[in-house]
Amino acid sequence: MGVRVQEADFDVAAELDALGSLDPDVGAVVSFTGLVRGSGITAMTLEHYPGMTEKALEAIKAEAMGRWPLQGATIIHRVGTLAPGARIVLVAVASRHRGAAFEAAEFLMDYLKTRAPFWKKETAEDGTARWVDARETDTSAADRWRTGDAKAS
Amino acid sequence: MKVLYFAWLRERIGVGSEDVTPPETVETVGDLIDWLRGREARYAAAFEDISAIKVAVDQEQADFDAPLAGVREVALFPPVTGG
Repeated sequence: MGVRVQEADFDVAAELDALGSLDPDVGAVVSFTGLVRGSGITAMTLEHYPGMTEKALEAIKAEAMGRWPLQGATIIHRVGTLAPGARIVLVAVASRHRGAAFEAAEFLMDYLKTRAPFWKKETAEDGTARWVDARETDTSAADRWRTGDAKAS
Repeated sequence: MKVLYFAWLRERIGVGSEDVTPPETVETVGDLIDWLRGREARYAAAFEDISAIKVAVDQEQADFDAPLAGVREVALFPPVTGG
């Protein structure tokens, strides 16, 4: 549970079990696991901003906990060099009912992608490396969660 | 004041962080970038397209017009690509 930034892999089943056993009222655990897409690349390196990253993820989690009736939420993001197929990120939430859990998990990912200070660099099969460009679709996905009283940033 | 650079901005400038003492006329993040640009060609090259740069002030998202008074840490970086 909680928010973690780490080089090590994580155990999805153990994380989901921990959320599911938080409280006898938990009726739904929804999770998203992001993987390194392998086509054409030999490695993905993730850089982050130590200090700000953890604060940003805590803020995103707190916003989700405030907007949906959740019993708990987990955000784990890996950094360092990862191989194709490796897990990069896990978001998971526990709630009484599935509706809130599905929505909150999607919200966490959309906000994480646009607000948490991580940067991906891909190494291609020919050895060249390039920074991944931000995608406009990620910004529009995050914007749809904006509420009238939410501050623009 | 500490200035941090990430991703391709860090690579173009050649350092991940540095302590700087800009003159008093440098009042905002935008002023700081203009001042850095004037220092050396590598800064001018890194900040060529300002629309590609995001800002955090004391580890919170901020804008180019954010004031620098009392600020300990300014981070400059490309749009984030985690997840």
